[in-house]
Amino acid sequence: MNLVFYIAALVAIFATLRAVLHKHAVHALLYLIVSLLSVAVIFFILGAPFLAALEVIIYAGAIMVLFVFVVMMLNRGEAAVQQEKEWFRFRTWAWPSVLVLILFVEWVYMLWRGSAQQSFAGVTQGPIQPQQVGELLFTQYLLGVEMAAMMLMAGIIGAYHIGKQKQKSYHRYLEEKSDQISISENKTQEVI
Amino acid sequence: MISVPVHVQLLLASILFLIGLVGVLIRRNVIFMLMSVEIMLNAAGLVFIIGGAHWHQADGQAMVIFILAMAAAEVAVGLALILQVFHLHKTVDVDCLEELKDTQS
Repeated sequence: MNLVFYIAALVAIFATLRAVLHKHAVHALLYLIVSLLSVAVIFFILGAPFLAALEVIIYAGAIMVLFVFVVMMLNRGEAAVQQEKEWFRFRTWAWPSVLVLILFVEWVYMLWRGSAQQSFAGVTQGPIQPQQVGELLFTQYLLGVEMAAMMLMAGIIGAYHIGKQKQKSYHRYLEEKSDQISISENKTQEVI
Repeated sequence: MISVPVHVQLLLASILFLIGLVGVLIRRNVIFMLMSVEIMLNAAGLVFIIGGAHWHQADGQAMVIFILAMAAAEVAVGLALILQVFHLHKTVDVDCLEELKDTQS
């Protein structure tokens, strides 16, 4: 099991380095996803299966999708076509695939190793079950959960408010009228 | 049964954190800086998990859940800010954003 830890650690460091130093944003995101997956493997080995699942779902899933979405939105026409050509080259996806393959082999190994209770045990006892985490969250850290909820709410409202595009503030019938007005006036209205 | 010494595990977490820090310092693209901040948050979470595994307490995992929530909120607001900056300035280069800088002369 130690070997699994070391391999996952090497994959994590390598993928993180590539993510930080890569020139292309989407490729860097690909490496970052690999890095997060390998950190999830390490969580699993350290006896935190629940957090490993959350890491994959929230970090590698939701947050990275947000990143990819924004990177796509920032793409500009001509450059995007060039990038699209570049994406189908072998060397752009070879390394992330190899790294993910290593993680996959580790995962199969740990599943194949038999009863999970002994194999991926923490230090001396078994892994920390989700039940313990949940009990702790809703008894001792209840205040923290409430504050996290408020922070997420503030995040949603803030993201909506900041990310909102400027809209024309005319009433609907004014907009219908503006179709018949000359183009120059239309332009001035758009500027406003 | 894992018997990797704790300082090796902490070394991994600190290496990841350092990579993230270097990323924040050397990149000028806002998106890459936000990604590096994510790496640093992730390394901090890894330290919590290591501590939780070492003392076999669930507290570390509860803290990582809070870190996850914070990272999600931070990314949502940060990406919205990046979109607005891109619409205003047509660039994601942080060196071009100098409205708040004092004019010397």
